[in-house]
Amino acid sequence: MSKLYGYGGTILRIDLTTGEIRKEPTPEKLCREYLGGRGFVAKLEWDEVAPGTDPLSPGNKVIMAPGPLSGVLLPGSGKCEFGAKSPQTGGYGDSNVGGHLAPEVKYAGYDAVIIGGAAAKPTVIVIDDDKVTLVDGSKYWGKGCIEAEAMIKKDFGEDFQVATIGPAGENLVKYAIISHDFGRQAGRTGVGTVLGSKKVKAIAVRGTKSIPLAQPDKVYEKAKQMFDRCFSLPGFKEWTPYGTAGVTDWVNEVGSFPTKNFWTGYFEDYKKINGPSLRERILVTDKACFNCPIPCGKYSKTKTSKGEVYVEGPEYETIGMMGGNLLLGSIEEIAYVNYVADELGIDTISGGGVLAFAMECFEKGVITEREAGRKLLFGDLDSACYLLEKIAKREGIGDVLADGVRAAAAKLGKGSEKYAIHVKGLEISAYEPRYAPAMMLAYMTADVGAHHNRAWAITYDVQVGRDTLEGKAKRVIELQHIRPLFDTLGLCRLQWVEIGFELSHYAELFPLVTGINYMWDDLLNISERIWNLTRAYSIREIEGFGRDHDYPPPRFYEEKVPTGPAKGKGLTMDDLNRLLDDYYALRGWDSKGIPTGRKLRELGLDYVAEALGR
Amino acid sequence: MRIGVNNDVCSGCRVCEVICSLRQFKENNPKKAAIRVKGHFPAPGKYEIKFCDQCGECFNSCPVGAIKEENGHYRIEPDECTGCLVCVETCPKGVVFTHPDLTAPFKCTLCGDCLRYCPTNALYDLDGEVAKR
Ligand code: SF4
Ligand code: SF4
Ligand code: SF4
Repeated sequence: MSKLYGYGGTILRIDLTTGEIRKEPTPEKLCREYLGGRGFVAKLEWDEVAPGTDPLSPGNKVIMAPGPLSGVLLPGSGKCEFGAKSPQTGGYGDSNVGGHLAPEVKYAGYDAVIIGGAAAKPTVIVIDDDKVTLVDGSKYWGKGCIEAEAMIKKDFGEDFQVATIGPAGENLVKYAIISHDFGRQAGRTGVGTVLGSKKVKAIAVRGTKSIPLAQPDKVYEKAKQMFDRCFSLPGFKEWTPYGTAGVTDWVNEVGSFPTKNFWTGYFEDYKKINGPSLRERILVTDKACFNCPIPCGKYSKTKTSKGEVYVEGPEYETIGMMGGNLLLGSIEEIAYVNYVADELGIDTISGGGVLAFAMECFEKGVITEREAGRKLLFGDLDSACYLLEKIAKREGIGDVLADGVRAAAAKLGKGSEKYAIHVKGLEISAYEPRYAPAMMLAYMTADVGAHHNRAWAITYDVQVGRDTLEGKAKRVIELQHIRPLFDTLGLCRLQWVEIGFELSHYAELFPLVTGINYMWDDLLNISERIWNLTRAYSIREIEGFGRDHDYPPPRFYEEKVPTGPAKGKGLTMDDLNRLLDDYYALRGWDSKGIPTGRKLRELGLDYVAEALGR
Repeated sequence: MRIGVNNDVCSGCRVCEVICSLRQFKENNPKKAAIRVKGHFPAPGKYEIKFCDQCGECFNSCPVGAIKEENGHYRIEPDECTGCLVCVETCPKGVVFTHPDLTAPFKCTLCGDCLRYCPTNALYDLDGEVAKR
């Protein structure tokens, strides 16, 4: 076998039940067909988690995978993919985290760490180059994500990169995060919940090896050119000061800001919670992921009636989901709720969705003061913090809410399904899509459930016209191939999305690092393969999965936007069907949303076609 | 050229570390960098850049004269180095480094790559020969 450049070269397997640790060479075929990161996660979930496995049983696996470009000198090479069968949706699950974890995993020599079984007691997985040990983690159990990270770094060495879960993950809250670098999170689909079910409190990694490069001199020259290009783009200076929070004004101006449990798309107080308020009022330092020239991380110190704390953020998603969506109109208060959620280990997107759902249920009388233990009010910091604590401990109403809005509504009844804003069981992230058909379709068809990162299509709606459905499916599909490719290569996409750094650079660099002569189109083709594989995974795992699972919540087609710039706008069921028909046809899927046998075989997914009987 | 540092604007991106290793060793490995960035989190939330200001203490301490002075910087000659690591202990800033692959320690040779590619100007040229961005 030829040498694998760009890769660590080894796949690490940990069986927590038996304590067995095994290493095997990373198969070259796997690299060529699935690249790494998200591609490895998708393929390994399919191959290794037996059909019908309960997501919280020892049979589920948490897969941690950097990509072939992670840790290499280029703008934004610090992204690590985590995956597991999702306890939130029952289907394919993954989530991505920045910081410095992915590079360290590569420097330790690994392309994937596959964590199966379940430990009998709290455990820290310590990966120190070739030496891998399972250490008693009892002293960290019960600690907050960030508190535990600081303790572990102190105990094992400051040069370890550490990922942790918080009390929410320990108590199997379905939307628990994996936290890293004091405020970065793999937040979605409950990857932290699965780690908690295995009693893994933390993973600590240290590596001293070099990443082998096919052409080191050329990588050095190309990387310098890539950084110079980033420095020269106008967005380098304009976008960086506010990071993702900078988009808050625009989203309100286009009427797509999640407000009061997605009741409307405009929040009057948005100027108090935007990028400039963050920077001027609470910022401590800009904080970058590995090799990022445009640090979106805004590390802050916030003071509220409840105390003074440090927190990374809030970034835009948290401003949307815990600001507008909870009617919190102060950047200090949002930052405080952000801190509480981060320490407890709760995803601020799903968490924001769940809190807003609970507040609306309270307002509409579905949850009473007695059941809740207090009033649950929009715009009230105390209500928000109270709920997060209850959820993390699974106490009282928190136990119901800890399963997410879909399950909570099913349990609470009384018409509360109407207030459960999700797709496939995953709470929707911070774009109100009623006047953004491409964004609506992006939420409907994202493989993990309603998540913006697969296709941030709202900019396209605004660019080409928001009243038309024409061409929207095509653009959503393009984005669904480009954007997840970053998660596959182990990179951040924001250099491209936010400052307009050209995609061609990545295509040029890839062969210099790996020695594999793929062009951009080859990479996109692999991304399409992965997309069909993750769809197939959910078809395999969820009874009757298909078109019915691709519709948004009724609020999005039964109610028009009531206020703000998008007032009176909305999509009908006919519109949604038109979007889906276009989308399935272009994808080569049948009218139920199932990939055809022909499409699967064309993508080299013969084994999937067979498994699905296509 | 001399390295100037402004810790307050450092974002902890570690471009400086990786470019240093690629330049000095043709290897992509921050553990082979002659500059390091340390974060102080969760409080006070600051970065601290560990860098060499060519003070010459290592040069003065080397018992076999394996450290050479050249155009305003000091360089360790691996072939002459006996691996005693006195310089590593002597360096007041802790920026003479070792790596398990290497018998001789290594340090900054003032190539200027880190300050040229530091995205935030946390590293800059005190003499102004390399323009700030
Ligand atoms: S843009 Fe933000 S998320 Fe992306 S690499 Fe930079 S700091 Fe990390
Ligand atoms: S000046 Fe050159 S040798 Fe010195 S720390 Fe910077 S990159 Fe490394
Ligand atoms: S390159 Fe500059 S901003 Fe980045 S870590 Fe080094 S000194 Fe800090």
